[in-house]
Amino acid sequence: METFLGIEYSTLWFLVIGATFTGYAILDGFDLGAGAVHLFLKKEESRRIAINAIGPVWDGNEVWLVIGGGALFAGFPKVYASVFSAFYIPFMLFLVALIFRAISIEFRSKEPMLWWRRMWDVSYSISSIVIALSLGVVLGNVLLGIAIDENGNYQGNTLDFLNPYALLTGITTLALFMMHGAIYLVMKTEKRLYTKLTLIVRDTTVGFVISILLLSFYTLLYVPHLTASIKSNPWLFVIPIAMVLSTANVARRISQQRYRLAFLFSSINIALLLVVVAVNLYPNIVLSSIDPAFNLTVQNASASSKSLGILLTVAAIGVPLVATYTTFVFWTFKGKVELDEMSY
Amino acid sequence: MCRYFFIMDVEILSRIQFAFTIAFHYIYPPLSIGLGVTLVIMEGLYLKTGLKVYEDMTRFFVKIFALIFGIGVATGIVMEFEFGTNWATYSKYVGDVFGSALAAEGIFAFALESGFLGVLLFGWNKVSKKVHFLSTIMVTLGSMFSAIWIVVANSWQQTPTGFKVVGEGLDARAEITDFWAMVFNPSSVERILHVWIGAFLAGSFLVMSIAAWYLVKNKYHDFAKRAFAIGLIVALISSYAQLLTGHASAEVVAEYQPAKLAAMEGHFDTSAKADLYLFGYIDKANEKTHGVAIPGGLSFMVHQDFDAPVKGLKAFDPRDRPGNPNITFQSYHIMIAIGMLLIGLTSFAGFLWWRGTLFEKRWLMIAFVWAVFLPQIANQVGWFTAETGRQPWVVYNLLRTSDALSQSVKEGQVMFSLVLFSLVYTLLFALFIYLLNKKITHGPGGASEMHSSRQQDMVEELTGNK
Repeated sequence: METFLGIEYSTLWFLVIGATFTGYAILDGFDLGAGAVHLFLKKEESRRIAINAIGPVWDGNEVWLVIGGGALFAGFPKVYASVFSAFYIPFMLFLVALIFRAISIEFRSKEPMLWWRRMWDVSYSISSIVIALSLGVVLGNVLLGIAIDENGNYQGNTLDFLNPYALLTGITTLALFMMHGAIYLVMKTEKRLYTKLTLIVRDTTVGFVISILLLSFYTLLYVPHLTASIKSNPWLFVIPIAMVLSTANVARRISQQRYRLAFLFSSINIALLLVVVAVNLYPNIVLSSIDPAFNLTVQNASASSKSLGILLTVAAIGVPLVATYTTFVFWTFKGKVELDEMSY
Repeated sequence: MCRYFFIMDVEILSRIQFAFTIAFHYIYPPLSIGLGVTLVIMEGLYLKTGLKVYEDMTRFFVKIFALIFGIGVATGIVMEFEFGTNWATYSKYVGDVFGSALAAEGIFAFALESGFLGVLLFGWNKVSKKVHFLSTIMVTLGSMFSAIWIVVANSWQQTPTGFKVVGEGLDARAEITDFWAMVFNPSSVERILHVWIGAFLAGSFLVMSIAAWYLVKNKYHDFAKRAFAIGLIVALISSYAQLLTGHASAEVVAEYQPAKLAAMEGHFDTSAKADLYLFGYIDKANEKTHGVAIPGGLSFMVHQDFDAPVKGLKAFDPRDRPGNPNITFQSYHIMIAIGMLLIGLTSFAGFLWWRGTLFEKRWLMIAFVWAVFLPQIANQVGWFTAETGRQPWVVYNLLRTSDALSQSVKEGQVMFSLVLFSLVYTLLFALFIYLLNKKITHGPGGASEMHSSRQQDMVEELTGNK
C-alpha cells in the first residue's frame, strides 16, 4: 500500500470518509433537526419561515450523503456492499423517507389549502425524524457489530437491527439533530418565533444531554469493545473530555443567548462524537458479531492503491471547490429569513 | 399473477426493481439538463435585452425546473443505494473502477448543481443579476457533468478498459490500472453526447409544449412565441445532431458489442448480408426475424458495403446472447422512428417559422403540445436498448447479471421494496403531473405562488386555534 505523509492511502481514505460523514451530520443535521421540531411550531407563518430557513441549503447539505455513499463505494467496496445489503429493509425505508422529505419541502407551498399544508408539514417532520433515527440505528449497529460471514454476507435477521443499543443510538442522534436544528432556526428568526424557538432549544438541549449520558453509560457497561482503544491509549481521553466541554459550552452559550457560538459548539460536538466513533472502530470499519476474523478493516476491505490514489486526487481537487461555493451559498443567505414571492 | 410473483427469484425481482427505479428516475434528469440549457438562453436574453418578458420566462421556467429537479434528486439517491443493497457482488466487483466515477460525480457535479440551486431558486433578491445568471449556468453545468460521470460509469460496463481482474470466483474483482483509459473507454464520448442531446430534446420539447398550449388557448402570445422559438432552435439543432451521435454510438456497438447489434437488428446468420429493418418482429424460438427491411442495409451502415457479412446472433453461445432480443429490437426501432419524427417535426416547424406562418398553424401547435412525450419515450427506449442488449452481462463479457446479486438478500425483501417503490412512485408521479399542470395553467408573470399565510393566521387567531 502506498503512503502519503507516512500514512497509508487506505487510512487516508478512511479519514476522508469520516470527514465527509461529519460534514454531512453537521450540515444535514441542522435541517433534519429543523424538520424534527417543525410540528412544535403551530402558526402557518412560523412554519413557512422555518421551511425557508433551510430552503436554499438543504439540498446542498444532502449531497454530502451522496458523496459519502460514493466515497464508501469507491474506497471500501466490500464495506459498501456488505452494509447496504445487510441493512436492506432499513435502507429502503430510509430512502422512502428521503423521498418524502424532499417532496414535502417542495410541494408544501404549492397549494394554499390548510389541509394540504398540514399534510406536508406532518410528512416533512415524520420523514426527518425517521431519517435521523435510522442514521443513528445504522451507526449503533455498526458500532455493536453485525452478523457478517467471511464473505461479508449478512447472516442475521432483519429485526436484529432493532436492538436496544442501536435504538438508543438512534434516539441520541435524533436528539442531537433536534438541538442542532433548533439552534439553527433561532439564528434565522426574529420576534415571537425567535422567542418560541429559544424555548425549544432549551428543551432539546436537555433531551440531548439526557440521551447522551444514557448512551455513554450503556456503552461503558455493556459494550466493552468500544472503549478498548481509549483504555489502551489513555491520551485519547482528551476526546470525551472535549465532548463534555463542548456540550457544556452549547448550554452556556444558549443561556447567554449567543446562538451563533452555540451553533459552532454544537457542530464541534457532532464532529467530536464522530471522532470517537472513528477512534473506537479503526482499523476496523465493520465488526463481525460472528467472528472477529470476519471484520472488515481498512486493510482488507479497501480498493486498490491505484484507485485510492485517484480518489485522493479527486478529493484534493474537489473539496476546495465545494468548500468555496458552499461558503458562497451560505453567505448569500446569511441573516434572518426574509420571505419573498419566490420563497417556499 | 400472484403465483408468478412467488416463483420470481431474487435476480428477476432485483432487475425489475432496478429497471423500474432507474426508468422512473430518468424521466427527470434529462428534463433538468435540457430545461437548464434553455434557462441559460432565456436568462442570457434577459440580461442582454432587459425585456421583462424574458425575466418572466426565466422565473416561470425556474419554478418548473425546481419541481423537476426536486423529484430527480429524491429518486436519484435511491439509485446510488441500490447498487449496494441489491447488487452487492457487483459492487464489490466494480467498486475499484466504477466507484471513482461515482465519487467524481458526487463531488464535481452534484455539489455544484445542488449548491447553486439555492441561489437559482431563492437568490433573485439576494444577488446581482449577473451572479444569478452565473448560478443558472453553474446548475446547468453541474447537471451536465453529472451526466458525464454516470455515462462514463455505464459505458465502462459496456466497453470495459483500463483495468485488470484480480482474484477468482466470489473474490474476483476489477482493479483500475489506468484512470483515463477507464474514463475515455471506447463508448463513453459518443454516449455522453447522445445522452446530452437526448436531454436537450426532452427539455426543449417541454418548453415548446407549454408555449404551444398557451398559443392554442390564445394566452400570453408574446411570451409563448418567444419561448417556442427558443425551444425550437435548441430542438432543431439537437434533432439533427442526435442522428450523428446515434450513428457514432451504433458504430461502437458494432465493433465492441456485436451480440447487442445483432439483437438490435434481429440479425441471426453471420454469412448472410445483414438487412436493416424498418419494423419487424423477432421469432426467438425459430431464430428468424419478420418485417420490412432494406436488404443489406445493416451491412452498408457498418461496413459501407451492402454485401459485407455482419456477425449474427447464431455466432454466439445461446447463454451469451441477450435474453430478450425482441425488447432490444423493438426499443431500438421505436427510438429510431421517434428520432426521425423529431427531425421532420422540427424541420417543418423551422421552415414555417422562417416563412412567418408557424404560429398560425393551430394543428401544428396542438401536435407540439403532445410531442413532449416523444423525446421522453425515445430516451427511455434508448436506454432499454443499451441495457437489455448488454445482457446477459452486467459488465460486458466479464460479469454476468445473475452473478452480480446480493448474496444475503431474499425474495421477500426485494418483493417488499418493489411494492413499496411502486406505490411511492405512483403517488409521486400523480403529484408531479398535478403540480406541473397547475403551474402551467397558472401561467407566467406576477406573484404566482398563493401564500395566504397572513389570512390563515388571522383565522387561527380569531378561532383561538393556535
